[in-house]
Formats: sequence, C-alpha cells, structure tokens
Amino acid sequence: MNTLENNVASPTTPGEQHFPPFVASDDIVALADERITHYPESKLSAVLPLIHIVQHKHGFVSKEAITWIAEKLEIEPMKVVSVVTFYPGFRQSAPGKFHYRVCRTLSCAMAGSYELMDQICEITNIDRSQLSHHHPIVVSPCGNYSVEFAECLASCGTAPVCLVNDDFHENIKPENAQDLINKYQP
Amino acid sequence: MSDTPTTTKLLPKDEAAEKGLVNVQIDGNWIQVPRGTRMIEACKIAEKEVPHYCYHPKLTSPGNCRMCLVQMGMPPRPAPGADPVFGDDGYQEIGWMPRPVIACANTVAENMGIKTSGDLVEKTREGVMEFLLINHPLDCPICDQAGECSLQEFSVEHGRGQSRFVEDKIKKPKNVDIGPRINLDDERCIMCSRCIRFMDEVADDAVLGFSERGTHTTVTCHPDRRLDSNYGMNTIDLCPVGALTSKDFRFQMRVWFLKETKSIDVNCGTGCNTTVWTRGNQVYRVTPRRNDDVNSEWMPDSHRLAFHEVQGENRLTDPMIKVDGKHEITDWNTAINSAADALKEFESSEVAIIASARQTNEELFLTQGLADTIGTENVATVERTGEPDGKLISADRNPNTNGAKLLLGDSTAKLATIKDGLNDGSIKALIVLNEDLFEEANFSHDDLAGAELIISSHIIANKTAHASDIVLPGASFAEKRGSMVNVTGRLQRLNQAIQPSGNSKEDWEIIRDLILAINGESNDMYMIEDVVKMIAENVTEFNGLTFSKIGDQGTQLIETGVEIPLLTKERERAAAGIIVG
Ligand code: SF4
Ligand code: FES
Ligand code: FES
Repeated sequence: MNTLENNVASPTTPGEQHFPPFVASDDIVALADERITHYPESKLSAVLPLIHIVQHKHGFVSKEAITWIAEKLEIEPMKVVSVVTFYPGFRQSAPGKFHYRVCRTLSCAMAGSYELMDQICEITNIDRSQLSHHHPIVVSPCGNYSVEFAECLASCGTAPVCLVNDDFHENIKPENAQDLINKYQP
Repeated sequence: MSDTPTTTKLLPKDEAAEKGLVNVQIDGNWIQVPRGTRMIEACKIAEKEVPHYCYHPKLTSPGNCRMCLVQMGMPPRPAPGADPVFGDDGYQEIGWMPRPVIACANTVAENMGIKTSGDLVEKTREGVMEFLLINHPLDCPICDQAGECSLQEFSVEHGRGQSRFVEDKIKKPKNVDIGPRINLDDERCIMCSRCIRFMDEVADDAVLGFSERGTHTTVTCHPDRRLDSNYGMNTIDLCPVGALTSKDFRFQMRVWFLKETKSIDVNCGTGCNTTVWTRGNQVYRVTPRRNDDVNSEWMPDSHRLAFHEVQGENRLTDPMIKVDGKHEITDWNTAINSAADALKEFESSEVAIIASARQTNEELFLTQGLADTIGTENVATVERTGEPDGKLISADRNPNTNGAKLLLGDSTAKLATIKDGLNDGSIKALIVLNEDLFEEANFSHDDLAGAELIISSHIIANKTAHASDIVLPGASFAEKRGSMVNVTGRLQRLNQAIQPSGNSKEDWEIIRDLILAINGESNDMYMIEDVVKMIAENVTEFNGLTFSKIGDQGTQLIETGVEIPLLTKERERAAAGIIVG
C-alpha cells in the first residue's frame, strides 16, 4: 500500500465483526447537524465532535467516515486526517467489542496498572508487541476485547483505574483482572 | 535666571512618532522603522541576518520553528508616579529580558532593543538546531537540496556541530509520490509548514497538512487529494530543506554547477520573473524570481516546465531551403540571400508578414522595418487567448501583446485580410515570424495553396516550418536578449542564458540580415543595444529607455489598468496585516 493510502487505511482486525462499515445513517446525520449548530462562526470547529460521534457509533474512523466528515463540513479531507491522527484517542481500525483503556499515568502506574494491563492481555490472548504509533490498540483474536494505555483518567486517588467502553472502574488490582473481563461477555 | 532651557529639543521618540516610525536598537545601533514592522524585518533593514525557517513574508506566521529567536529588551516600567528617564542620547535604558523571543511574529515598539547575537541567542540557536536535526538524516552528500539547503547553511553557522541524541531516530516515509510533479522525503522535513500554508493561502488548494503529533509529525496529504495544483511546484522552492523536490529536476545536476540568469516567463501576458538555471548550453530548470509588481514569488508549474519544449527533438538548428519538395540544410548567407531574391520576384503589395506578439520589442521594431523595406502594409499578429486562472496566468497567452500594439499598431485584425488576400490571389508571398499558421492562426492548407513563397522563422519544426520554402531557425527565450511589455504595461527584460542551439540565430539578427539583403544598404545595427536605441528615438513610449534602465525588475512603460489577480489578493492580505507582503 502506498504511503498516502496509509493515512486513511484501516488494517483489518478481529474486532470488525462487531462494527459494520460506516454509513451516514439518519441517526449520525442528525447528531452531526445538531453539533454543527454549536459553531456558527466556522464549521471547521465541529471537526472534533464529529469524529467523536463517528467513533462512538462505529468504533473507529474509516476512510469513508473521514470523507463524509470533510464533505459535511466543507473542508479538505486532509484537515480531518490531521485531527484524527493527532489524537491517540481516535482509532483508525476496529477495536474489540469491549475496549479497555488502562490508565498508565503516575499514580496508576505505581499502583500496578502495568501489571493490570499484562493480566488483561494474558487472559484475552492479546499480543501487545503488535502495537504501533499509528495504530495504538490491539484486539484479541476472538475480536471481543481490545486494550490501550490511557493517560491520567482523573481519578488518581482510586488508582489503578480503567475505562471499559464508557464504564469507569476504580481500584482494579491486577489480580482482579479476571473479574473485569467476566463482567463483559459477548 | 533659570535652569530650564527655553527651547526643548524633541526626543527621538517624538521625532519618530511624527513620521509614523519607532526607534529600535539593533545590536547596539539605533534605527527608525515603521510602526508595526516585524522584528525580523527590522533586523533585515539593519542588515542583520536572523536565521529562520517557518517565516515567509508572503505567508502567515505561525512561529513554529523557533529558529528566529533573538533577545529583546524594553525600557523598565517607571515606578508609580515616576516619569520615564531619558539618557543624554534621548533614549530610555533598555532592560533585557532573560528569555528569547521569536523575531518573526512579534512587532517592534518604541525604544525596543534587539540582540541578534550574544551568548543567549547563540545558545538558543544551537539548541533549536540540535532539535531540528534529531530525526533528520545526516546524508547531505546524497541529498538533492545540498547547496541550497537552509538547514545545511544554518547548521554550519549556528549549530553545535554535534548531537547528544542517543535514542532511536523516528523513521519517516521516504520517496513519497505526493503529486505528479513533486516528490516528498518526509525524513528531511523540518515541519516549518511553509508548503502547507502556501497551498492553503496562495494556491487555494489546501491539500497538504500534518499528520500525527510531536516527534512523529509528518507532512502528507489525503490519497484522493494529491498535490497536483498548477502552483504546486512553488512549494519546492519554499521548502527550506530537501523534503519537497521536483521530479523533473531532482538528481539532474548539483545546483552549484548551475549558472543563474535573470529572465522572464514568455508563456503568457503576465511575464512572471524567472531565474533560468543552466550549465553548458542546457537549461536545467526555471524558477520564479521575486517581483512584487508581477508575480510575487511564484509561477505556474505549466510555465516553469515549458522550457523542455525548446530543448526537444523537434528543435530547428539549421537554415533550410526546400528543393524538390524536400528541406535541405544550408548556410545562413545562402538562406538569407535566397529569401531576399525570392521576395524581389513579387510586387510589394503581394507580400504579407505574419509577425507575432511572442516576439520581443526589438524583433517587432525590426519587423516593421522589414515591412517598410519591402513596402507592404500587410503586417499581422496572431491573437492567442485561453482561460485565465484567476492567479497568474493571463487570458492573453502572448507575452508581448502590448509591445506589438505599440510597435506594429493594431495588427490582429489584418490577419483576416491576409487570409482573404491569399484566397483571392492578391497576396502571394508570406513571411512568417514565430507563429504557426495552422494550429495558432487557423489557416488551412487550402488557404495556403495560393502562396507561392513562404519564408518562416521558428524555434521548433512545426507544420508551418514543414510548409515553408525557406526556414530560418530562431532562438528560444533562453537564448536571446530582448524586452517585452506585459499585460499591466510593464517593460521587462529577457536575458541570454545560453547560446542559440546549433546554427540557429537570435531572431533580431535574422530580421536585420533580411532587411540588409533586400535593400543592400548597410545600417548601424551591430548589437541589440543599437536596436533599443532606435526604438527609444522613434517610439514615444520608449523615449530615453535603455536595457540597463529596464533593470531586473522591469519598469512601468504604460498603464493598461489590468490587474494581476494574485497580486490583488496579496496586497489585500498585506493591508489587513495578515502577511508582511
Ligand atoms: S516539506 Fe518542506 S516546506 Fe513543507 S513543512 Fe516540511 S520542511 Fe517545511
Ligand atoms: S494517574 Fe491514573 S487516573 Fe490519574
Ligand atoms: S521563523 Fe520565527 S518561529 Fe519560525
């Protein structure tokens, strides 16, 4: 694949089974249109919220989604690519059905978040050596789980902490990793 | 008696304020510059170089490379109730700030001090250079930019000569096919964002952008929106390093072997100012040259690459005469004398000249002289129009329409008369100078059936050359001197960069020789300056002009009222303070 295609490519992952390809559903269009009204000066400012909407609904930001956002906001698609690739929180490939974001900032790191990550990976058979800067998440072979380190999730007092999709979990000792997996069964 | 003098001398600050200026001390010397001047421009006025990458006066200033850091100082704020204290020289003392500021995006203020050297500034530059070089390959010997790379230059001057970076370098994409004419080597990019801003602000085609973040930041574009704008190649000139390179020029020649000749573009009426880069008798590249009254600092890709045409296989290099339907190479004397003899076979009114608004003023003046010598009034030029691009490319694709108007009068209407004359048999001989009758002037072979004699002068072997009885090979824009008048009425100069190819000849000499051969009288035209002198004496608008007076930036000859859209936009942006201009 050529270098430029890489900017918008979505390498296949086992997580894809849970995320159908992007379509601009009525649902998404309505959410986007509403968001755009928040920025009367320049639609460009709506690029970040629109990417969030897409990722939330579709799990990741595909080339088709980038094109749709650009057209919706009447901006160059490269502007969308810049924002998507700037934030590690935006993904360009499908995560697992349950995406685990383990905090690795100081308090959590000291309270064992790296061990927690190792435990989660061991239980779900995730091989983190596949990580790259451009694609910072790894998906389990079954496609149900994926992991990512996150920076401070603003709950340092209850370290280590972890986000699973939109649920927040505190005080997760590494030895309790299995419980955290058990809570999320496909 | 009182100590107070009766007349108070104005302080420098008040003196300057009256003129809208401010006093700035640069490396110890006080100068006055207009209020609102960027610090970096003030330093330029003081002839102090401030190294910089991201700053470009024609683009917005993001201040992201930090190369232009200087030390700044302002007078300390007086204590409450106290008045500012002025020294004997009328200036306040400067309190130097302990940290550097960027000179590119900050403006000067009254009594400001700037230091472009000294311990703080030098240490800062070393630090910035070291950072810029962290991920940059150190392989200048194989880089095409070597010799014209600001990174190379500034690192020699301001770098610490050694890196302390022991971690792994980030590897970025190499040899990226970012557009049809441009190649990108991301490893060399120093993220100045000049290319991105140019495409957005000047080319109106914002296809470039940064992807990733921090040390991984990469210039790139969306795969469906590549860098294919007709102004894209300007990013190559803008790029301070060897990241963006021209597919046409890369690895063809080391720049230090090339000779630079200042010239102008001849592909449309704008006449973008150019530099022609040559070695031996070959043009290697053409780049735009700054002229704020013509092309700012840019030019369209299509015009930049047009020089290849005159170096192609089709180039005419020898005079030729048609014998039994086949062109045979001959020498200049034979060709010119045969042309003169052949012309004498016709009545004056049977001869027509199709001249060209692609000719220089000197050639046009002599063309009129040729018509007078022959005694014909049939002199026409061919209109050449196209879509204007709203930037630099003018609807008028002839480079010297205004020159042709001044020197030949309104000659475009005569083309139809000549065509009619050929068809009704009143015109039998044609002299064609630098035009193609078929493709450009819309003549058909039927139209030419009545032409018993065609003498023509061209650069490349076009259809007209094939149809001619005598072919006189002329010189390309890079091979001759001369002047042209652009759409705005600006008189500009072509300079000779290389010798005419093979046995071809500068066009003014061809026409002069033809005149000589026809009337048999000697004249005083030995050098092109002699022709310029005659034009200055005979054509009012050119009174008093010489080549050297035209200068490298040209001179306004007439006012046509035509504006160049790209300049109009640039001036608006400068007036609004968005760019320096
Ligand atoms: S490619 Fe060149 S002009 Fe563009 S950001 Fe990089 S160094 Fe600057
Ligand atoms: S360090 Fe983990 S929540 Fe703050
Ligand atoms: S030139 Fe001033 S920050 Fe780049």
